[in-house]
Amino acid sequence: MKAEYNFSPDLFTVAAKEDRNKEKIHRPSIRYWPDVWRRLKMNHLAMTGLGLIILFSILAFVGTEINGFKYFEQNYELINVHPDSVHWFGTDELGRDLFTRVWYGTRYSLFIGVMAAFIDFAIGVLYGGIAGVTSRRIDSVMMRIAEVIYSIPYLLVVILISVVFSSAGQGSSLFVMIFAMTLTSWVPMAILVRGQVLQLKESEYALASESLGADKSWILRKHIIPNTLGPILVNVTLSIPRAIFAEATLSFLGLGIQAPRSSLGALANDGLAGLPVGNAYQILIPAIFISLTMFAFNVLGDGLRDALDPRLRK
Amino acid sequence: MKKYLLKRLVMAVVTIWAIITITFLLMHSVPGNPFRAENKMPKVVYENLLKKYGLDRPLSEQYFIYLGKIVRGDFGDSMKSRVETVNDMIERGFPVSAHIGLQALIIALCFGPALGAVAALNQNKWPDYFSMILAILGISVPSFIMGTVFIQFIARNVSWLPIGGWGEFRHSLLPSLALAFLPMAQIARLMRSSMLEVLNQDYIKTAKSKGISKATVVLRHAVRNAILPVVSILGTVASNLLVGSFVIEKIFGIPGLGMFFVMSISNRDYPLIMGTTIFYAIVLITLLLLVDLAYMMIDPRIKLTKEGR
Amino acid sequence: MKKSLVLVLAMLMIFSIALSACAPKAPAETPGGETPAPTAEPKILRTNNMSEPGSLDPALAQGTHESWVLDHCFEGLMARDPSGKSVPGMAKEYTLADDDVTYTFTLRDGITWSNGDPVTAHDFEYSWKRALDPDLAADYAFQLYYLKGGEAYNTGAGSVDDVGVKAIDDKTLEVVLASPTAYFLELTSFYTYYPVNKKVVEANPDWAKDASTHVSNGPFRLTGWEHNATITMAKNETYYDKDAIKLDGIELSILADENTAWQKYEGGEFDFLTPLPQAVVAQLKANGNPELVIGGEVGTYYYNLNSKVKPFDNVKIRKALSLTLDTQTICDKIAQGGQIPAEGVVPFGMTDENGGEYRNGAGKLAEYNVEEGKKLFAEGLAETGFKAEDFSKFSILYNTSEAHKKIAQAAQEMWRNNLGIEIQLENVDFQVKLDREKAGDYQISRAGWIGDYIDPMTFIDLWVSDGAFNDAKYNNPEYDRLVKEAKNTTDQKIRMENMRKAEQMLMADMAVVPVYFYTQPYAQKPYVTGVFKPLNRYPIFTYADMDMSQR
Repeated sequence: MKAEYNFSPDLFTVAAKEDRNKEKIHRPSIRYWPDVWRRLKMNHLAMTGLGLIILFSILAFVGTEINGFKYFEQNYELINVHPDSVHWFGTDELGRDLFTRVWYGTRYSLFIGVMAAFIDFAIGVLYGGIAGVTSRRIDSVMMRIAEVIYSIPYLLVVILISVVFSSAGQGSSLFVMIFAMTLTSWVPMAILVRGQVLQLKESEYALASESLGADKSWILRKHIIPNTLGPILVNVTLSIPRAIFAEATLSFLGLGIQAPRSSLGALANDGLAGLPVGNAYQILIPAIFISLTMFAFNVLGDGLRDALDPRLRK
Repeated sequence: MKKYLLKRLVMAVVTIWAIITITFLLMHSVPGNPFRAENKMPKVVYENLLKKYGLDRPLSEQYFIYLGKIVRGDFGDSMKSRVETVNDMIERGFPVSAHIGLQALIIALCFGPALGAVAALNQNKWPDYFSMILAILGISVPSFIMGTVFIQFIARNVSWLPIGGWGEFRHSLLPSLALAFLPMAQIARLMRSSMLEVLNQDYIKTAKSKGISKATVVLRHAVRNAILPVVSILGTVASNLLVGSFVIEKIFGIPGLGMFFVMSISNRDYPLIMGTTIFYAIVLITLLLLVDLAYMMIDPRIKLTKEGR
Repeated sequence: MKKSLVLVLAMLMIFSIALSACAPKAPAETPGGETPAPTAEPKILRTNNMSEPGSLDPALAQGTHESWVLDHCFEGLMARDPSGKSVPGMAKEYTLADDDVTYTFTLRDGITWSNGDPVTAHDFEYSWKRALDPDLAADYAFQLYYLKGGEAYNTGAGSVDDVGVKAIDDKTLEVVLASPTAYFLELTSFYTYYPVNKKVVEANPDWAKDASTHVSNGPFRLTGWEHNATITMAKNETYYDKDAIKLDGIELSILADENTAWQKYEGGEFDFLTPLPQAVVAQLKANGNPELVIGGEVGTYYYNLNSKVKPFDNVKIRKALSLTLDTQTICDKIAQGGQIPAEGVVPFGMTDENGGEYRNGAGKLAEYNVEEGKKLFAEGLAETGFKAEDFSKFSILYNTSEAHKKIAQAAQEMWRNNLGIEIQLENVDFQVKLDREKAGDYQISRAGWIGDYIDPMTFIDLWVSDGAFNDAKYNNPEYDRLVKEAKNTTDQKIRMENMRKAEQMLMADMAVVPVYFYTQPYAQKPYVTGVFKPLNRYPIFTYADMDMSQR
């Protein structure tokens, strides 16, 4: 049996062209990273941080050339000169221009901080992630190994490595130092990642994915790692100051960057001597730049964290 | 549970053995030794000293002699002090460092999570900025600057605060405070981040939509879940605080354990290097175990027993 | 939430329990508590000892962190008067036999230990033999090698009975030296030569580990020792010259940080302080602050040049490095503590055969002369076939210290400007530096030497070819011969002549580059008086006094 419907053609009109898209979703489809960037741009604090980082990175190279002094150039007639129109940040105990030295130090500090944080991040995520998803036996062994590494006196490692590599010459000392510093410092990151992974592994979406037949590496890559990014990023932005300070402490112990090269931490360390004798600018200026650098990385880290988390999308 | 603890204990012993072995080898491969100094000491006297402390024996023999001592709980004699054994130094130094460390930990635990939670609940509003700037300040100033500035500007101007030294409660205030900033900032920022995460979870939304008061949601659900990552870093944070900080102890003149970690290495005081390392490892391992247990108890989803898997 | 809080609290509890016994202890008994002067505030001089002593047993002491305490608790056969001269201490007189090696000391009457026992010649014999005992393994035992048979006994080659020290009776001590030693009397005021109480030490080998069992014979006695925190001493009421002692006690804090110690001094928590932060010395000096005293010292700061490494084996290169180092500027602008540009390796303060200044007789053997330096450097380069650029492969090795770092940077800059070379700086851990120096694995290294006694020999014998501290690897048979001859005579004329010749030879070869002669700046509050500083010792408080109304 066939039903007969008769519609008169005049019931229909041609749809206006502009109406054709009515059913389409108007919000443009946005891919993940541009969206992250868009949301980051809306965070003024984070953008300030990013701006500062870019500014400091540029000045770290350009700043040393601006006022015509060299970072190693000494002038014994002008020691401990307070900031003035010639020496914008004053001079140090050897009559060297602090403005030039601050930017020179920033160059090293940024490099050390970023490199060390990157290595911590890479090793920590890999190690912690694996420990978190593998069998309990391997996890347990891996965590014990991390404990062993973390407990070995770091100074011994640094001294040994610097001695072993000292024959390699001056140029490599920076890399030797970063290598020695990161040999143990990735452990907290690994422990954090593992803790997060353990927690997320038991989450509903991981379970759902598993029951749909996803294998472990898929779950790790698609669900667990993206969802641990928040705390990890915060930890990475903390790794940068940690590495910069660790280098400063090493300078304090005589194992940091070789003079007359300097880092912000080493400059602050040198400046300590000026504090009791009324030359507080020698410590305040490097301290302010350390703090600004830290501030920049931290607010950027926070902003990124917020931007990377799809659940916070508004 | 018992079985789990027993297993962890066995693991801990193996871990410590590995630490002992690696540190022992490392320390003997670093150049220098405890008796070398800038003086005219004749070779015979030097060799006599090596003999007295057993450093003339083959390394493997020294290693087994040391292991034998450790099993008996004897860390040996310091090679730099003729007055105190390593056991004496740890027994004397640890309580001092732990006292300051514990105070710092309490400060960090009181303010850190609170700052983080307040910041997260007021995301991108002034309490958020205020808390985070406070936290960032804490991680922006290296402890050697913080300590020196504290002495120069606080201790010198507040008459009842001593300028360094040790003896009474007031001596411990500034160093504790100086030590607390870093962990407090670390905890606050981690707390903020995980709190933000948790606040967007479905169960929070569910709880909210069920009409539960905001305070209850925050305290019963959000904070409890958000504190997990904080707990996971507590093991390393607390162990670092409790064994003391070289920089803070040096600047404030505190007779704690922290000084020994650096001094023993620059002096090549072998038994003290081993003693402090093993001690630190024990504290760290104990705290990491406590953290795992805490995890298990706070987060019902993590089961550490076999049946849970 | 509750559960987590409980947990966190539980974790804290565990540690609190572990800590229950560790609330900060009350400070040690203050020495002043014992003086029977209830009306006046006890005169306790407060100052800082940078690091914890490794032992307060004179035989086992190694450095100033021990000897500063020992110098106040003990007294040797000879002592120092406020002008720094050697004067009779425990001994009231001595005779030297014609053989130039046999001393006979007669002890003073009425000398007692702090526990009331009399100090006898037997104590001295016992103490010196004990310090040499190989089983004790004292680091500084070699300071007693001047005694006949001392070295043999200490190294296990001889018997204790052959050591040249013998108590004839309670009051008479006979000492036989291995060879004539002009400065032996002065050595008897060195800490390794201090006596210990035979009865006490034999009864309790651990006597020196605790203030309560510590027994001494000097102007002060140990009353408290909180490890790594404080050392307290009280006036020793049994000391023979106790009426001259004005202080009731001394309190030494143990604070490693120079800046904190300075804050404590400025804040009125210390009455006296040394060492001072370099910047502080410079400022006090610039302001003419009367609290600053530039104490004399016999020490030389220098750079080793490794003569086993090319091109540092070339004398012209070595001389050029010395000639182009502006030591006057280093003293005035960098070290800034009243140091004196080094004119050789032996500092000022040593007397020659005529009672005059040794340095004046030896002459100015190092100077700043850029033109001459450049000329020699060019010649040296031509002779060795090296180029100026090659020097960027070399480095100045120094151990961690702000002061060394500043001087090394200045030297680097001066050599860059004057010779056009780019020497690197290499800052290493102290033990690593020693190791590399011993192994000869360096080109230029920083070094310093503080005299053990006031005689040029303490410096001159550093560079004999087998010297333990001859890291420059200087090897000159003629030098060795001059030193050996000088060491075996008490004829001052021959000794001084030989040492002058030796030093001139060393400087002509420029085996090391002398930089400056040390000073020891210290600060004392205006109400502190009577502190004196012997040349090679820390300041002595024995005759110090304080006007407590001014404190």
